[in-house]
Amino acid sequence: MAKGNISDYKKMIDSQYKDLLNHCQSHMEEVEKTLPETRENLHELLKERGITRRNFVIWTSAMTAALMLPPIFRPMVARAAENFSRIPVVWLHFAECTGCSEALLRSSYPNVDDILLETISLEYHETLMAASGDQAEKCLEDAIHHFKGKFICVIEGALPRGLNGQYLRLGPKGKTGIEIAKEVCKEAAACIAIGSCSAFGNIQAAKPNPTDAVSIKDAIGIPTVNIAGCPPNVVNFTGTLLHYIMFGGLPALDGLGRPIWAYGKRIHDYCERRPHYDASEYVNEWGDAGALKGWCLYKVGCKGPYTYANCGKVRFNDGISWPIMAGHGCIGCTEPGFWDTMAPLEKPLPDKSYNGREATVDNIGIALTGIAALGIAAHATATVLRHKDDDQATKQEVKHHE
Amino acid sequence: MSKRIVVDPITRIEGHLRIEVEVDEKNVIKDAWSSITLWRGIETILKGRDPRDAGLIVQRFCGVCTYVHYEASILACEDAFGVKPPPNARIARNLIASAQYLYDHVMHFYHLHGLDWVDIVSALKADPKKAVDMARGYSDNPFNCSATHYKAVQERLTKFVKSGRLGPFANAYWGNPSYKFPPEANLIILSHYLDALQVSKVGAQMMAILGGKNPHPQSLVVGGITSGMDLFDADRLGQYKFRFLELQKFIETAYLPDVLLAASYYKDEGLQGIGGGVKNYLSYGGFPLDDDWTKLLFPRGVVKNRDLAKPLELDETKITEEVTHAWYDAKDAQHPYEGRTEPQYTGYDKNGHLKGDEKYTWCKAPRYDNQPHEVGPLARMIVAYAQGHKEIKPLIDSTLKATGLPATVLFSTLGRTAARALETKYVADHTLGWVDELIGNIKKGDTRTWTRCDVPGKPAQGRGMTEPPRGALGHWVKIENGVISNYQAVVPSTWNCSPRDKAGLRGPYEESLIGTRLANVDQPLEIIRTIHSFDPCMACAVHIIDPKTNEIRKFKVA
Repeated sequence: MAKGNISDYKKMIDSQYKDLLNHCQSHMEEVEKTLPETRENLHELLKERGITRRNFVIWTSAMTAALMLPPIFRPMVARAAENFSRIPVVWLHFAECTGCSEALLRSSYPNVDDILLETISLEYHETLMAASGDQAEKCLEDAIHHFKGKFICVIEGALPRGLNGQYLRLGPKGKTGIEIAKEVCKEAAACIAIGSCSAFGNIQAAKPNPTDAVSIKDAIGIPTVNIAGCPPNVVNFTGTLLHYIMFGGLPALDGLGRPIWAYGKRIHDYCERRPHYDASEYVNEWGDAGALKGWCLYKVGCKGPYTYANCGKVRFNDGISWPIMAGHGCIGCTEPGFWDTMAPLEKPLPDKSYNGREATVDNIGIALTGIAALGIAAHATATVLRHKDDDQATKQEVKHHE
Repeated sequence: MSKRIVVDPITRIEGHLRIEVEVDEKNVIKDAWSSITLWRGIETILKGRDPRDAGLIVQRFCGVCTYVHYEASILACEDAFGVKPPPNARIARNLIASAQYLYDHVMHFYHLHGLDWVDIVSALKADPKKAVDMARGYSDNPFNCSATHYKAVQERLTKFVKSGRLGPFANAYWGNPSYKFPPEANLIILSHYLDALQVSKVGAQMMAILGGKNPHPQSLVVGGITSGMDLFDADRLGQYKFRFLELQKFIETAYLPDVLLAASYYKDEGLQGIGGGVKNYLSYGGFPLDDDWTKLLFPRGVVKNRDLAKPLELDETKITEEVTHAWYDAKDAQHPYEGRTEPQYTGYDKNGHLKGDEKYTWCKAPRYDNQPHEVGPLARMIVAYAQGHKEIKPLIDSTLKATGLPATVLFSTLGRTAARALETKYVADHTLGWVDELIGNIKKGDTRTWTRCDVPGKPAQGRGMTEPPRGALGHWVKIENGVISNYQAVVPSTWNCSPRDKAGLRGPYEESLIGTRLANVDQPLEIIRTIHSFDPCMACAVHIIDPKTNEIRKFKVA
């Protein structure tokens, strides 16, 4: 802890945030200058859906807080939302179930996040696009060509490495998933892995991993921001993109590449049933009296104590519910290898089995926090932003040519 | 000279699908091959695990058909464990499944299938006032229908087009002569395309109220359901009901009228039987109306050779799978309990095409009584119609009468799409009844949500057979030493996307393309329209294999 009185400390923090705000402002100007015009007018859309200016202000305040930023950033969040549709997005599907895309389509309603996602500029998304075959391939080529170094590549699905990648072949030329991922990712401004498949391998990578499926990071050796979950909460994706628009970088990440603002705490920490855990009131078997009173699900296998995610806070489908509210334990879907490390899902983990540590529920959490904290870095610095410098160089060159 | 056309990726589906066709000099399709280009091997992963975990694992087959594999797996385990869930759980499962039907079919028609029928660029030319008149011709009170609204939709689209960045609408087939709608009809359905984005969210919320979330709900367990607190909360059931009514309104005043609109402008294709495909239809039956599954909302049965006068009973032992043309090595057709295969990937030919005479897909060939069968909404409707079902037959007959079309129109791409809309209405008509049934049961003092059960100590086997939106779904599980020893799922898209079999009989997708003429050989619009009418879901279809793992897997040192 730095020596000195509190007011000095406060001044230091204030000045750091001021710098960050300046950075944010200049970045936003850059975005407005260099990225394509917005395709849709956010405020018109909000009005059409009956979302008032006041609702929008409430939302921006909540989002600012969620992103762990002080209130002075609220106007910037609003501006980033207005600029949301400038960012071209290429969405790739590999070994997956399309659940993340479905989650994107069904976020919440009627809500600002939802309308923001509607304005997202999907240049390529196989589940939604009208064109197929050669014409679809052309869409992908066009997007990479027009928005080289500017688009965000969102990846849903793991990459199978077995059979030289041929468990997954795509497109008219029958390229492997790995070939396509390499081609597209190297041209992207940043890569976001949405869902636990692209982040960690997930279900197809569960033992014995028959197709040798791995995360994008492991398959092609690039850093990704990992929006973990099966499927993840879409709010975590929206917030991460907003952060990118505001700062030109992706938010601070934990050691597993997950944004801290969304994955910084355990399910157990947010859990609405936590008081029952503290009072040792447990559901002992499905459908018992405790189950109908909303008692703690630890004894029927809840993995909330080992799982970092904000599900209990943001919930799903416009906040209507989440698994623990529906009386089922957490299965740990935001953690790598959860199908193996958290199984059997309806039984508590034997205290000794987690990562070989002898631990009880609470100090397991502490040990994990230690691991997660290793990767923490300041806002807007720990980024997976790539090509930024190259990009600026090329831009200047282009200007010269003109 | 015939010409080979490759369509890969087929977009607006779940998963990775490749279609190759051969057309003659008149651009008529003479032969077709469908190929799934991804394999994930989830059955292999299930081996050695606690059978109670299987439901949540297999749910990850597919995020579009979320819930359905979860339920089928739980049913298979309940069969193996010898346990029957209490009535509250059965009814709650029906309520969740209903949500899945309603929003999934709506989303399919508008977002996955709609752009095969609707030319959105043409919608810009529409007269909004005329569009209002047209919409009123198909519904007394059409959804979100006013000249001002239609105009706003046009303005939004114009802005999109002017920006030069069409996003998901880029490089498509606008202007292709196979689009038959006048501009006004295009505008009406485009407007509902946008509305449906909102409405399908309401359906997802219905599911989440009792399921915890969507996609991938998490409230079923072997023997019952965990969301008792939601089931016994009048406010929660009210939330469900409220959302249901919103969805039902959309189905009645947008989805059904839009399908009727399609029937009037695309009836020639329907009458010609374009997209008809194989002539056999199969339904396992779904939505149990009692605890013994003796009464079902969708009946179980088979129709062969389109003989509506001769409905047949389903004999489970006649279900087999074989792999002559799939990238696996196995000798004979096997019943799913015995299903075992090892991958044998042989790739594409030297021109980069599928080796149509050899192996060409990761999809196995399911057969019933050695014949390919179509499954899905059309199969369900045809089986029920042939059985003279007291609700479904009049529903189909009255729709045919209203459109002035004969029953043979059902055997087509249009018929498949219409059958889906009709069954959506049918499920919706029954959903509130289940809410009442649940309340009635609770009033009787029944608060059971789970029947006590445990993993059998002795070897056991069970199957879960049901009818999710895309068609007949079966999961087969074998348990030994308290863990899964074999697991096979034969899913709807496997039936429909099936390759040829040993006898050379084509699968439903392949057969349905034969005889279709392409208006423009460079634009595969007619192909994707027919393929989409099956609502393909490839991720589901390719987990059904169980390789002899040592051959192919590379162990990672964990």
